[in-house]
Amino acid sequence: MWVYEKKLEFPVKIKNTDPALAKTILSQFGGPDGELAASLRYLSQKFTMVTPQAAAVLNDIATEELAHLEMIGSIVMQLSQDADVDAIKKAGFDSYYVDHGTAIYPASAAGVPFSAAYLQSKGDPITDLYEDMAAEQKARSTYDYILSLTDDPDVIAPIKFLRAREIVHFQRFGECLDFVTDYLSENKVFAMPKTDCMNNFKKSL
Amino acid sequence: MNVNADKVLSRLTALDFMAVDLALYLDTHPNDRETIEKYNAVIDEADKLRAFYEDNIGPLYSFRSGSDENHFSWIDKPCPPDWCFNYSFSGKECC
Repeated sequence: MWVYEKKLEFPVKIKNTDPALAKTILSQFGGPDGELAASLRYLSQKFTMVTPQAAAVLNDIATEELAHLEMIGSIVMQLSQDADVDAIKKAGFDSYYVDHGTAIYPASAAGVPFSAAYLQSKGDPITDLYEDMAAEQKARSTYDYILSLTDDPDVIAPIKFLRAREIVHFQRFGECLDFVTDYLSENKVFAMPKTDCMNNFKKSL
Repeated sequence: MNVNADKVLSRLTALDFMAVDLALYLDTHPNDRETIEKYNAVIDEADKLRAFYEDNIGPLYSFRSGSDENHFSWIDKPCPPDWCFNYSFSGKECC
């Protein structure tokens, strides 16, 4: 089961509102390469993962992604909560505002609601681990794009932290791929009679 | 909050982050004794600081932390997403 700890994994303390930036960062909450998709992907895949190291990595990264989801929600909330209607209109945030106000809703920056179609759980451990490594790189690219959209140091600090975690997770999944590849290519030899031994036995009767 | 809550939270966040990262490393390097030693030391220090935080600032865990006798302190604000819950890390990032 899970236990909640009442603090963020990394602090989020943003002075200035910026609804336009909030709308783009929301994509890491409920968008195609966001933290919710990441967490659900690993939580789903862990049930059929084959080596103990890889199963532990899936479980622990899935858990950390939920902490990242909370950080992203905090960033979006702090960037948008005090924005007035004029600023919301000017930022193009009004199309989101009309459905959700300044609440946090799992959707992409373009407003597409979250979908489990963003992720796969294939039951083939090699396939799943390649997907996981790709997912970490896609999220890292998204954080690169977010960093190119802002010069606010209050936003840059937590986004850089999240970007660095994608790189560490990619590394851990790569190590898992090695373990799983080795495990699957091991020769498994079981004791059994040679095919002709029964024939010899019959002949001798 | 009469103790320096920012300072305690900042140290606890740092220790917990070290624990998260070391544990993830140990998942794929389970026989690395030097890292296990570091991990155990971090867990030890974090546990002590967590006890101090819970005694002086507020409960940390859902259905794990004790409460005041007259009032269920778990519901007390601020919440982690709130601006005033957090300490500033702006410009101090190392990566």
